Amino acid sequence: MGGFLSFVKKETLHILRDSVTMLIALLMPVVQILLFGFAISTEVNNINVAVVVPHATEAVRKAVSRLEANPYFTFKGTLYGSQIDETLRSGRADAVVVFAADYDRRMAALAAGMPAEPPVQLIMDASNTNTATAGAGYLQSVLTEGMAGFSAPETHLLFNPQMKSAYNFVPGIMGLIFILICAILTSISIVREKETGTMEVLLVSPVRPIRIIFAKMIPYFALSCLNLASILLLARYVLEVPMSGSVGSIISVSLLYLVLALALGLFISTIANTQVTALLISAMLMLMPMIMLSGMVFPIENMPGILQAVSCIVPARWYIDAIRKLMIEGVPFADVLDDFLILVSMTVVLIGVALKKFNDRLE
Amino acid sequence: MNNPIISVKDLSKKFGDFTAVDRISFEVEKGEIFGFLGANGAGKTTAMRMLCGLSYPTSGSGTVAGFDVMREGERIKRRIGYMSQRFSLYDNLTVWENIRLYGGIYGLSRREILRRAVVVLNRLNFRSESRTLVGALPLGWKQKLAFSVATLHRPEVIFLDEPTGGVDPVTRRQFWELIYESAAGGTTVFVTTHYMDEAEYCSRVSIMVDGRIRALGKPAELKKQYAAQTMDEVFRTLARGAKRAE
Repeated sequence: MGGFLSFVKKETLHILRDSVTMLIALLMPVVQILLFGFAISTEVNNINVAVVVPHATEAVRKAVSRLEANPYFTFKGTLYGSQIDETLRSGRADAVVVFAADYDRRMAALAAGMPAEPPVQLIMDASNTNTATAGAGYLQSVLTEGMAGFSAPETHLLFNPQMKSAYNFVPGIMGLIFILICAILTSISIVREKETGTMEVLLVSPVRPIRIIFAKMIPYFALSCLNLASILLLARYVLEVPMSGSVGSIISVSLLYLVLALALGLFISTIANTQVTALLISAMLMLMPMIMLSGMVFPIENMPGILQAVSCIVPARWYIDAIRKLMIEGVPFADVLDDFLILVSMTVVLIGVALKKFNDRLE
Repeated sequence: MNNPIISVKDLSKKFGDFTAVDRISFEVEKGEIFGFLGANGAGKTTAMRMLCGLSYPTSGSGTVAGFDVMREGERIKRRIGYMSQRFSLYDNLTVWENIRLYGGIYGLSRREILRRAVVVLNRLNFRSESRTLVGALPLGWKQKLAFSVATLHRPEVIFLDEPTGGVDPVTRRQFWELIYESAAGGTTVFVTTHYMDEAEYCSRVSIMVDGRIRALGKPAELKKQYAAQTMDEVFRTLARGAKRAE
C-alpha cells in the first residue's frame, strides 16, 4: 500500500509541476463552455430582408412594418421586381418578400375560404441552408400572423421554449471535454514513461502493474472532477441551463463516464509507443468521430443507417443522450438506465481489454 | 561454484522464428562484478529482461537470488535493483522526491528512507541538491544518483544496462568506484557495457554473439586464450563472425 501511495503522490506532483498542461486542462472546459454558450450559436439572427411592394395598401404596409419591427430581421428596404436577383446575388439581402399586386383581393378570397393564388412569395438565398431554413420559418410565421382566416398551428416548444443553443451544447461539451482530458492526458502520461524508460524501472520493481496504472488514473480523475464541478456551475449559473433532473443522477452518470474515458486512455497507451502516436490516436481516431457521430452537432436520426450503427460504439453518444435527458428534460434516473448500462458495459470491456494488453506487453 | 546468486541453464527466448537468446548457461557468484558483453542485437537485453522477471523464457531454467525465473518473477523483483541505459529518474521531481518514490515502491518506511537518503546524499556530496529538480542536474550526476537510488533498497543483485552511456571519462571512473563500493558491500553487480576498457574492471565477463555465449571467464584469462593485448581485441575477434546486423 505504501508503494501505491508513493505513486499517487508522484503522479500528482507530475501534474502540478507541469503548470501549463494543468492550466489548459482546467481552463479549457471553462473557455469551451463560454464559447459555445455565448459566441457560437445555431440560432439565426440578423437575416437581411428586402421587400417588393407593387401596390402599397394598408394591409401590405402593416405586414412590412411587422417585418421591420422583428428583432430577427434587418430590414434592407424596398426593391423593384427586376432587382431581386441582383440583390440576392450580391448578398445585400438573404431573403426577399414579394407581395402580390392584388394582395388585398387574394387575402380576402382566402379569408372567405375561396381558392386563390398565394398573396406572398418568399425568395431565399439558400447557399447557407441553416440560415435559409430558419429564416423561411421565421418569415412565414411573421407573415401569416396577420392573415385573417389563416390560423397557424399552435406550437408548444417543450423543455427548451426559447430554443437556446446552450441547452444543446452543454451536454455535448461535457461529452467531449472529459474524453479529451482523461483519455489524452492519461495515455500521454503513461506513454511518456515508456519513452523515457522509467516505465521499465517501474515494471522491474515489485509494484504490480495494475497498481501503477490505477495510481496514474487517480490524479486525473480528481482533475476531471474539478472540471465537472466547474462545468456544472457555469452551466447552471452563467448559461442558466435548467438542470431539471436530479443533480445526483447527472453527477453519477458523469463519474461513470470519467472512468470510461480513463480506461480509454489506458487502452490507447497500450497501443501507442510514442507520445505523438498517442496524441494522434486520441485526436484523429476519437475526437473526430466523437464530434461527428455523438449527436452533439448532427442529429443521429438523420444519418444513413451505417453511420447510425457506427455511432452506437461512440461512448459520447450515450453519455450526451443521458445528460440531455437529465439536464433539459428532467427525467428520473430510471429513464436513462439503458444509456447508463451501455456505458457500464463499455467501461468493463475497455478496462478488461486494456489490462489484458498491458500485461501482454510485459512479455 | 558453491553459492551462485545467478544460475542459468540452457535459457532460450524465441520471438516467432527468431531466436533472440539461444541456450545460454552461466553462473554468477555472490559479490562478483559480472560483465555481460555483446554487440547490439546479440541478445544481451533480452537475456537481462528474463533475469529481471520482465520476460518469460521460452525454454531452459534459471534462478536469481534463489528464485526460479519461470515461476517466481515477483519474488525476484523484491531482491534486485535495475538501472537502464536510458536515464531512469523523473526529471520533474526533485532529488529527494525521487529517492522517496523509489524507497516507497520497495516498501521502506519513511524513517528508513530518510536515513538512507542522508547516507546516499552524503556519499555523493549531494546534500545541498536534495531540493533540486533532477532535470537540472548534469548527466553524470544523474547517472550516479540513479545508481544510488537503484541500490537504495540494498538489493542482492543490481542489473545495470549500459549505465555509463554518454558519460565523460572522469564521471565514468567515479561511477565505477560506486560499483566497486557496492560489490565490496556484498551486492552482486550484473552489468552490460559497450566500453571494453570497462570490461577490464569486471571480475568475470561473458561475450554474447548472435544469441549465444561465445566466451566466459576472467578478463586476464580471455586475453590469454585469444592471445590479445586488450579486451577490445578479444571482443573484435569474437564479434567478427556475427551474422546479425548491428
